[in-house]
Amino acid sequence: MTVLGWLIEPIQRLIGVRRMPWIFLLPNLAIFGVFILFPMVMNFYYAFTGGTALYPLERPFVGTENFERIYACGNYLDPATCNEDLFWRAVWNSFTFVAFHVAGLVFFALITALVLNARIVARGFFRSVYFYPVLLSPVVVGLIWKWILQRDGVLNGILVSLGFDRTLFLLNADWSMFWVIVVTIWANMGFHTLILLAGLQSIPKELYDAGAIDGTGPLQSFWHITLPLLMPNVVVVLVLAMIRAVQMFDLVYVLTGGGPGSATLLMVQYIYEVGFASQIQRFGLAASASVTLGVVLLIITLVQLRLTRGSESHLA
Amino acid sequence: MTQSTRRLLAALAAVLTLVAGAAFAQTELRMTWYDDGSESEVMSELVERFEAENPDIDVVIDVVPYSSGILESLPLQLASGQGPDVARVTDLGGLQEYFLDLRPYLDDPGYWDANFGPFHDWMRPDGSDAIPGFMTQLTVTGPYVNATLFEQAGVEMPGEGATWEDWAAATNEVADATGVFAMAMDRTGHRLAGPAISMGAQYFDENGDPVVTDDGFRRMAELMVDWHADGTMIPDVWIGSQGSYVAGNEQFVNGQVALYMSGSWQIGQFTELIGDAFDWKAVPNPCGPSGACTGMPGGAALVGIADTDHPEEVARLMDFLAQEEQLAEFYGRTLFIPGHLGLAEGGVDFDADLPATQDALSQFAAEVPKLADAAYALQGYQYNRVVFDATRDRLTQVFVGELTLDQAIERMQRDIDEQIADAQ
Repeated sequence: MTVLGWLIEPIQRLIGVRRMPWIFLLPNLAIFGVFILFPMVMNFYYAFTGGTALYPLERPFVGTENFERIYACGNYLDPATCNEDLFWRAVWNSFTFVAFHVAGLVFFALITALVLNARIVARGFFRSVYFYPVLLSPVVVGLIWKWILQRDGVLNGILVSLGFDRTLFLLNADWSMFWVIVVTIWANMGFHTLILLAGLQSIPKELYDAGAIDGTGPLQSFWHITLPLLMPNVVVVLVLAMIRAVQMFDLVYVLTGGGPGSATLLMVQYIYEVGFASQIQRFGLAASASVTLGVVLLIITLVQLRLTRGSESHLA
Repeated sequence: MTQSTRRLLAALAAVLTLVAGAAFAQTELRMTWYDDGSESEVMSELVERFEAENPDIDVVIDVVPYSSGILESLPLQLASGQGPDVARVTDLGGLQEYFLDLRPYLDDPGYWDANFGPFHDWMRPDGSDAIPGFMTQLTVTGPYVNATLFEQAGVEMPGEGATWEDWAAATNEVADATGVFAMAMDRTGHRLAGPAISMGAQYFDENGDPVVTDDGFRRMAELMVDWHADGTMIPDVWIGSQGSYVAGNEQFVNGQVALYMSGSWQIGQFTELIGDAFDWKAVPNPCGPSGACTGMPGGAALVGIADTDHPEEVARLMDFLAQEEQLAEFYGRTLFIPGHLGLAEGGVDFDADLPATQDALSQFAAEVPKLADAAYALQGYQYNRVVFDATRDRLTQVFVGELTLDQAIERMQRDIDEQIADAQ
């Protein structure tokens, strides 16, 4: 009998073969329970409590008060009319960020993957170059780009030396959101490019050969062969990018601090500031905003499942 | 095995047991610290001396960033009971519930009462006689100017009694002539409060509740809005962030501003980083229509933490560090204004050859008698950070056009009222 057998067989005799999978799942379930499930339940509980005490039992139950507070609004499209105006500014900023970040990310990752899939010189080198930012810490990426974009940064240095005016890239509300989107796309594109590249490489070459015999041009090949067969990967990229975008915090916090004003304040930074960075730490309010964010993520995940199943059945 | 070998082994075993026992008996104390300049170096040397005299105690100093470490993480650590044994803090009122009362463990509490007594009221509940710690520095806010830029521009510096508007006009002339920005101010409501009080802001109503709706505060807020709109203020500091403290010291050190509103704690850093690269000096706090020409008092304290498992050892460490000999060296080398009454009266031999350093220390000392009562009241208020943060963040929203000043002041007051209600 092997060493593993000495360990497993007595347990198997005790609980039976049918229950054995639970034993194998137990370590993962324990980790999931302690670090994911328990905090989720606690967060849900905190969302219905008030005060500033940290320990759950010391916190008074306030029902839906926290939710009423953040949803009290004259006009949801105008944060200035809302009770928690910064929450709604963060919501709308997040919508803008997610829409442009995800669209840009998928578009540029697809273009890059197509280029890297072609027979170009130094293909391996370029694949590494595009993947390299993924290996950097978001904080490092934020700092590097801050040095480039700040008022006295590298970019303004170059512009001024070429005779252009200095531009406040991070101190102007419109520019700052644009650069946040650009930098986050730059930082994350490599990972998504890799997924799409793997998809491109799994498309049988014979299909393109057959297409060539039928006289299809490169554009027709892309629309009628590449894109349909790459769709499952595109869906995965789309959903992963969306989830990461909704959760975005560290890189943007380092790059703009959420400013100027609240121009790049995103949902997670709002939650962090209300719950942790203020003198009065309003965990209840932060938790209720967090539950809202969780619901948004749940909807995105359900849509992903639906789309993935749809594309799988379509392929079948 | 011979008898002598057996004896040798037994002796060795006994020695090992004693050594191991001594090693296990060593108590580790953790001190959370932050640096304005490089004062952790001085503190480390003092702590080494303490450890040499107290071999049973090992002190580990964790140097953390001020904003994320002291203002944001430490309160959470304290609330969860996972904090350090000793910490250097600036939120003296807000964190007072977590401070250890050293009095029962001190050999001579009278020494502490005599030398730190008035400051203990900032860090303990009203009416308490607790001894939570001692001030590692007293601070006064006030402006620094780059005298070299004034000289290059040929602009005369406003003198004693000048108003904020006078300084804005003069620094704008300097800015026009030299291509720098006129002014910078640390991004915090604390730095704003002194000028606002000079403009007539009271910060408290007749019931003692915090208010920012009076004409004095509005006057200062309007000035700040105008200064950001017309480019008097460098935009990087206030506009370049959303919810956190930002210092403007880098811009001043790099010669990008003519005037920098900060405080006495920068002296050590400016001595080290600027030295005599250009002429820098601290100038009196400008005046306002209220007749006051005030900055804000403040400071940092080293406090024991109530959740410590080793209160006696913490008290031994604190008592060692609080003695006149140690503090004279600490204040002297760090160029901090003493928070020890005996040393403040007797004078500290500051380790500064640079005339600018000596002048700045004298200038800030001269500001102390001019501090307004409202400034002391605000500094001693338990929830002053709520007021500072609300004024800072809402005012920034006006600078970038998200709110009008009326909306911002209404929001500030609402933020303050709601958060204090939540805390109570």
